[in-house]
Amino acid sequence: MADDTETGATNGLRSPLRRRLLMGLAGAPALALMPRGAWAAAPTSAVNTTGLAVTDTEVTVGILHSVTGTMAISETGAQEAEKLAIAQINEAGGVLGRKIKIIQEDGASDWPTFAEKAKKLLVNDHCAAVMGCWTSASRKAVLPVFEQYNGLLYYPTFYEGLEQSKNVFYTGQEATQQILAGLDWVHKEKGGDSFYFIGSDYIWPRTSNKIARKHVENVLKGKVVGEEYFPLGHTQFNSVINKIKLTKPKVIFTDVVGGSNVAFYKQLKAAGIDLSKQVLMTISVTEDEIDGIGGENIAGAYACMKYFQSIDNENNKAFVAAFKKMWGEKTVIGDVTQAAYLGPFLWKMACEKAGSFDVDKVVAASPGLEFKGAPEGYVKIDENHHLWSKTRVGKAKPDGQFEIVYTSPELIKPDPFPKGYQ
Amino acid sequence: MTNPVQTLTKSVTVNDNPFMKPVEWLSLLLLAGVILVVLPLALDGFRLNLVGKYLTYAFVALGLVICWGYAGILSLGQGVFFGLGGYCMAMYLKLEASSVENTKIQSTPGIPDFMDWNQITTLPWFWQPFKSLPLTLILVVAVPVLFALIISYAMFKRRVGGTYFAIITQAIAAILTILIVGQQGYTGGINGITDLRTLHGWDIRTDHAKVILYFVNGGLLIACILAAQYVKKSKLGRILVAMRDKEDRVRFSGYSVAGFKVFAFCLAAGFAAIGGAMFTLQVGFMSPSFVGIVPSIEMVIYAAVGGRLSLFGAVWGTLLVNWAKTSFSESFPDLWLFGLGALFIAVVLAFPNGLAGIWREQIEPRLTRRVKGLRAPPSAIAPPHSAPAE
Repeated sequence: MADDTETGATNGLRSPLRRRLLMGLAGAPALALMPRGAWAAAPTSAVNTTGLAVTDTEVTVGILHSVTGTMAISETGAQEAEKLAIAQINEAGGVLGRKIKIIQEDGASDWPTFAEKAKKLLVNDHCAAVMGCWTSASRKAVLPVFEQYNGLLYYPTFYEGLEQSKNVFYTGQEATQQILAGLDWVHKEKGGDSFYFIGSDYIWPRTSNKIARKHVENVLKGKVVGEEYFPLGHTQFNSVINKIKLTKPKVIFTDVVGGSNVAFYKQLKAAGIDLSKQVLMTISVTEDEIDGIGGENIAGAYACMKYFQSIDNENNKAFVAAFKKMWGEKTVIGDVTQAAYLGPFLWKMACEKAGSFDVDKVVAASPGLEFKGAPEGYVKIDENHHLWSKTRVGKAKPDGQFEIVYTSPELIKPDPFPKGYQ
Repeated sequence: MTNPVQTLTKSVTVNDNPFMKPVEWLSLLLLAGVILVVLPLALDGFRLNLVGKYLTYAFVALGLVICWGYAGILSLGQGVFFGLGGYCMAMYLKLEASSVENTKIQSTPGIPDFMDWNQITTLPWFWQPFKSLPLTLILVVAVPVLFALIISYAMFKRRVGGTYFAIITQAIAAILTILIVGQQGYTGGINGITDLRTLHGWDIRTDHAKVILYFVNGGLLIACILAAQYVKKSKLGRILVAMRDKEDRVRFSGYSVAGFKVFAFCLAAGFAAIGGAMFTLQVGFMSPSFVGIVPSIEMVIYAAVGGRLSLFGAVWGTLLVNWAKTSFSESFPDLWLFGLGALFIAVVLAFPNGLAGIWREQIEPRLTRRVKGLRAPPSAIAPPHSAPAE
């Protein structure tokens, strides 16, 4: 089982000499600052009382995403961001004085495989934490495994909410965080009072649209003129586009996912719906999806997320530069990729606050943690294991990037079980 | 595949027709020994549970040997029956896990969580029978078999067969997947039915429970092998082979071909359903990804790799393919699908009769000679079999 292990160092630092130099360098500050760095020398028996894979020099962390299958295209970014974060942490000396060793498993876009691999990472490899999953279905499949074996999962995707587990930290937004601010903005700025909902047919779009409908009807006093769902992978949207032309909604609100997006936006354009006149708001198209759709087909649409690659701050500039250096100039960074990047850092901070790798202690130390180095800006972990974050609205440009037109003034509290929206 | 005509004449010329030949007893003993003794001793709990999961697919492969190998009915929709069996079991387990106290966070406590997310407030009628364990155990087999009966009766009565039948079964697999995904309020949608905990109060998630389930699974599998062997050896089995090779002659001899085909198809569905139910118990959830076209075709591949004319081969084939799948994907997360593809191509090119072909051509003749040699003086040995007797 020679897994894809990478102990530290980015591509450019592969030579043995440089690695040794680096290791030496990493050790130097600890020597100089012995009192401050005392925890770095903490014996393994003290920081690991539950039999996790921790040695005096290493701690094992699992990465569980789809490398093959239909979801691979979406999950690649997340997986790359996690590897970048881990490489950066290792370069800066690791966690509690230990380098992170990665064991990567392939969920193969298949939910039972996710469950099998999650179990392997926890039971066989004793991973101290696992970064992984993308779809809700894969999370639901691994959740009982993490709860049973008391593992720790950092889940990066924006999702429908309605879940809260001791063993999971949700680094993406739950539905109310992502949607409500965006709807308010489109109502106020674009006069959106009639909406047409189009989504892929599974739990996330259905739940998101349910929340959006309640908000539109009860808070904004607007109306929903249509709501339709299509199977995953669907490519024929002409009938719904005709209905849109008939009902003339002010706002088309979409949560179509994956490859269906390509067909949807191309057919929309072909049908003569001009996104510079017709307001369209999506909660499922990030820079990654635009790569497939083509910037010219979606230019003018609004996306509602917590992160865009174009965010202008120092953290994000450094993050984008490091990401491109590691994974190539042409890669784009979407919302989930950034959220995945947060996982290893949040885990590191919690371990250091707890002074231990033990899952129970790390979980207990997490609520209230603040991470100021996040590319999206400052975030903090709530009691309910979700993140406080800002919501942004971006306008798609033909070059595939977003121009940010709105940022919520405050961090928005995560509310996975929203009252009045169920 | 062995030349069908040769196979047919062969089995006719064998005068004494015991339930199992000595070599077959040996194969059974070997399989039972490996499944029930060697693997439990050699593997840790996690790997044993994985093997248990693989073995649930072996039920399907077993059914395919009878249905495809013997009766000549290629079904590309066995996932449907595997899934139905699994869903029946999952519905019972989900209801037990959704007690009022476990679900008090929901707006309607006492119903499965995914129903609550979809604004369903009462348990649908077709979920009601799954409150009872005995009824569930009956329905696990009855629902898929009844479904198989309806499909196969409708088609075989009209003499739809061969490729057309295969295509229709595949279409049914696609339709059922879309139905399950679309009706997520009633079925759990693409997530499936997850977070299953107890079977009649017995926690199925503990390591101890997993070991017990493994042995129950192994025992059931061997019972199914014996049942399939009984069918294969009976007059019925002969008719199935005859039907596969010359359907019209059997029909003109006065047999109801459709009836026999329906039987073979329903038997395969029943086996698959048992496998599905055991899968749910051991893995702890059920999802539409086992119902669709891809898993159904994968299941045919298990039977093909094992050898579609051999009951034991089917089990070994299932174990080999799944083991390869797991270990390739653990070692090479990026490349493992290529490895698996190469394995299939290699098997099909080099050993068209699958694992069972290797066994029969290389090992069995020697074993037969040995066994006979023990019984009678060497001079009395009949000319060695050139081709296997089926």
